[in-house]
Amino acid sequence: MALDQSFVGRTYPPTAPYEVGREKIREFAEAVGETNPVFTDPEAAKAYGYSDVIAPPTFVFSITFRAAGQVIEDPQLGLDYSRVVHGDQKFAYRRPVRAGDRLTVTSTIEAIKSLAGNDILDIRGEVHDEAGEHVVTAWTKLVARAAEEA
Amino acid sequence: MTAKIGYDDVEVGTELPARTFPVTRATLVRYAGASGDFNPIHWNEKFAKEVGLPDVIAHGMFTMAEAIRVITDWLGDPGAVVEYGVRFTKPVVVPNDDQGALIEVSGKVAAKLDDNTVRVDLTATSGGQKVLGMSRAVVRLA
Repeated sequence: MALDQSFVGRTYPPTAPYEVGREKIREFAEAVGETNPVFTDPEAAKAYGYSDVIAPPTFVFSITFRAAGQVIEDPQLGLDYSRVVHGDQKFAYRRPVRAGDRLTVTSTIEAIKSLAGNDILDIRGEVHDEAGEHVVTAWTKLVARAAEEA
Repeated sequence: MTAKIGYDDVEVGTELPARTFPVTRATLVRYAGASGDFNPIHWNEKFAKEVGLPDVIAHGMFTMAEAIRVITDWLGDPGAVVEYGVRFTKPVVVPNDDQGALIEVSGKVAAKLDDNTVRVDLTATSGGQKVLGMSRAVVRLA
């Protein structure tokens, strides 16, 4: 069944702050094979002009996608998550995420489309730091594939 | 903030050094833990096949993380990325052997923009299939 268009434009409450830890950044950097010390060594990060180690560009997805759970699991929206695949992903950065950041995410449904029986959901996540400054925006397109004929 | 590539040093068409990134089942288990994405299609062959996939597939976000390394290693400063977007067109299929799969990534300067920024278009393939589409980043150069 097609998703309810009236959800377009709906904004969910900001998430509780996620505190970015140095060791979590290190773990992520190692998992994707990054070797740049700007991710793991605070002194190297300072040489680049950062106050602490920064996170690889896609690190923030773990935080925004968790926040998007509010949308995905919204019983009123009724998305069938077992049929969902990740279609597109985009980020626009004001500055890199860094250790010590306490980040909140505000998720908004930007668009709902139905194409050949597939439901397509565009979610925007605005990420702010503790001072309320914008850090990064993440756009996630999810595609719920049409249910197979019984 | 201190990219080692200068705006005046690149032209539209400048090619970045291409890279090949190996990915095995162990890589995916490690990425699952680091990212918190424990979807079984990325580690459980039986489950993956039940939902119609040929085998276990890599996390799309893992492929996205690898592809940008072609740009960030070229720049020196990963914090110089202003925008980055991809479309997940085909899965990276990762067999259960010592070889796993390879993700091959190349990049080319596609446009010179304002404020010392350039757009770089990336091409990512695995097993001869294009795994990312519309893969592009805007980065700030020195």
